[in-house]
Amino acid sequence: MDKIVKNKIILHFMSRGENVALSRVTIAALASQLELTLNDLEEIKVATSEAVSNAIIHGYQNSPDGMVKLTGILYDDELVIEVADEGIGIEDIQQALQPAFSTDPERMGLGFVFMQSFMDEVKVDSRVSHGTTVTMRKRIGSAGAKNKAVS
Amino acid sequence: MSFILHSKNRTLTVKVMGELDLATANNFRETTDRAIDEIMGLNLIIDLAKVTFIDSSGLGVILGRFRKIRAKGGQMILVGLSANIKRILELSGILSFIPVCSSEADAWKQIEKKSFKGA
Repeated sequence: MDKIVKNKIILHFMSRGENVALSRVTIAALASQLELTLNDLEEIKVATSEAVSNAIIHGYQNSPDGMVKLTGILYDDELVIEVADEGIGIEDIQQALQPAFSTDPERMGLGFVFMQSFMDEVKVDSRVSHGTTVTMRKRIGSAGAKNKAVS
Repeated sequence: MSFILHSKNRTLTVKVMGELDLATANNFRETTDRAIDEIMGLNLIIDLAKVTFIDSSGLGVILGRFRKIRAKGGQMILVGLSANIKRILELSGILSFIPVCSSEADAWKQIEKKSFKGA
């Protein structure tokens, strides 16, 4: 059975660094409609920031002319964040997921490490020359479920 | 994002205020590098007390500055880590090799001690 969507947002924006803050604040505002701790919210912000930064830096190679699509979906027990670009794509997803794999010496290659540490599930779909979609899921803890049972 | 820069005896202190992400990382990198060049700086103290957000773009700049300072034989010390910022830094692994002091005064003491030993 399909889960009931409580709320959903879709944001389309140019691949500019300034929009990284916009995307994480938007997702945090959506996520705060669920029973989450401040720590959870911070982690969701970092994970969103990493996914969107990757789309800009890697997907669009820092060109500001690409469009990034950010989707946030709230379910009773889960937050789903999807970041999609139509950039160059990832040739070897397994390699890109490795810690400290970075194509730039001033970057740490930690983007996926943070996404994986802070979210319950991270899925990467990519096709070379077509783009990349990162889907991240954060399950809402037992506290959220209890509150629901009471109400 | 804004900075307060202060220098003394070839040591630069950078107080960073705001969010450190992809949009602000270049500004942070360029401001710090230019200030170090201007004073022919050897050591760097980065105060993160007023940083409200950091991700891997911000961490990359910190790591890059550390590598540059170390390559010149200088010291870099981080101060003012709030619980949130510290958690991200810990997870990244950089706290296993970048020194942290609880206050700017302690950082100065550590730099003076090592500089004196080295002299």
